[in-house]
Amino acid sequence: MSKKKKKIGSGIFMALMVLFLYAPIIYTIVFSFNEGKSLTNFTGFSLKWYSKMFANKTMMEALFYTIACAILATAISTVVGTITAIGLSKSRKAVRGIVEQLNQLPIMNPEIVTAIGLLMLFSALHVEKGFFTMLIAHIMFCIPYVILSVMPKLRTLNPNIAEAAMDLGATPWQALTKVIVPQCMPGIISGALIAFTMSFDDFVISYFVTGNGVSNISILVYTESRRVNPSINALSTLIVVIITISLILVNVIPTIASKKEAKLAQDKDI
Amino acid sequence: MKQFRKMVYPYLLWSTVVIAVPMLLILLYAFTAGGNSVSKFMFSFKNFHRFLTDKTFLEVLYRSLRIAIETTIVCVLLGYPAAYIIAKYSEKVKMRWVLIITLPTWINMLVRTYAWTGILQEDGVINNILGIFGIGPVAFMYTDFAVILGMVYNFLPFMIIQIYTSLTKMDYSLIEAASDLGANPRKCFTKVTLPLSMPGVISGITLVFLPSVSSFCIPRMLGGGSYVMVGTIIESQFLTAGDWNFGSAISLIMAVIIMISMYITKKVDKGEKLEAINA
Repeated sequence: MSKKKKKIGSGIFMALMVLFLYAPIIYTIVFSFNEGKSLTNFTGFSLKWYSKMFANKTMMEALFYTIACAILATAISTVVGTITAIGLSKSRKAVRGIVEQLNQLPIMNPEIVTAIGLLMLFSALHVEKGFFTMLIAHIMFCIPYVILSVMPKLRTLNPNIAEAAMDLGATPWQALTKVIVPQCMPGIISGALIAFTMSFDDFVISYFVTGNGVSNISILVYTESRRVNPSINALSTLIVVIITISLILVNVIPTIASKKEAKLAQDKDI
Repeated sequence: MKQFRKMVYPYLLWSTVVIAVPMLLILLYAFTAGGNSVSKFMFSFKNFHRFLTDKTFLEVLYRSLRIAIETTIVCVLLGYPAAYIIAKYSEKVKMRWVLIITLPTWINMLVRTYAWTGILQEDGVINNILGIFGIGPVAFMYTDFAVILGMVYNFLPFMIIQIYTSLTKMDYSLIEAASDLGANPRKCFTKVTLPLSMPGVISGITLVFLPSVSSFCIPRMLGGGSYVMVGTIIESQFLTAGDWNFGSAISLIMAVIIMISMYITKKVDKGEKLEAINA
């Protein structure tokens, strides 16, 4: 009896947890279809906030800058991070120590500290704030995470395989691209995923280092939230949809691919 | 394989410029006076003096620490049972729950915090429900409650996942052994499960306390324009007041406080471990 009660109790607790975590998201989605301007009274279904959002130039620009910055920052930080991680795995301990300590700084520091540091750096170098500074900042905080996710994979690799490839006549470049990189691909992919989401969601650092009319979605939501603007709900819903679809793709595509492979293998057997 | 070593050098240069130099700039600005231009610096403790002697700033510091500590406590109290319940589920159900808990964190933090502004309004959902029972309307917005709620909402998943990970890594035969040796379920929990999951709780605390003490968008959005925390002061020093020296000094003080609290948390953890061993 008491065990059953416990089960019901934990069930209720977890249900409330789900309600707490998802209610605001559902609330946003529901009110993005609200006819009126109110964020509290649902007066009727309408798509007008969506048409307003697509017509709003600042919102579309922010969406574009966010996606462009996330793609560029992910691509650059994944390549640089992977190269650096491979280099680090062959480096002397002292060099590795220095880089690891440097990488810890943006990870351990509060974001706002990193942000003001970059703000002052750009100002000292007389770099004008805008998309470029935002991209530099994003690359800066993404690379440490890429390195962190590639390094453990590299540590498990057998160094003799790359040596063997070179003994058999492969150039160092070939050994790198044909042997080492394919072997640590899972780490590289998860690093790229982390980098993309970090860049896509970043607010604090972008807020400090961008300017001249360039903003990303987070900055837009922050500045627009001071007044009532249901278009933000529409934009939020759009983001929720984009993120959900990409998460599903990331999770589902590998399973479909492996199933297909298994099926192909089966067909061959027949 | 030595030829690969060279591949580190570009990043070494890059990280020196964009990671190390900014930190040095914060130090430089914090200990100097004389405006935002690098050329006319003068060494001084003026900024620290100003912060530590002005009562309003100390009150803000106190409030930030209080809010962050309260957020952390609420996250432990809600996160531990949740993690414990999830860890007890079967393998398949577990994975599903981890996904349910982490999914919202993938969605932009600002977007999720903004949603609360509608829910907590005086004519919002919560007050409408309370109204049915004849309570309210309660002013939730622009209070400590709203700020803590926003922070718990944003940071709770980190706590749950950290504790969950340490609970699943635990060796369950130890609990069986304890109960075989006559410990009741309560004793099993307090003497075996809880101490063994402490590393998860500690890293959860780190992941919650650090962003809450320095946050500035949550207090701005849910606490309103006049709700001041350390993060919002730093923001205004840099973006509106334009006193970079003072802003750097405040960030430095905040960074030091965070480091000290992390150190204490780790020490307490170690002390408890030693106690457990001695007992």
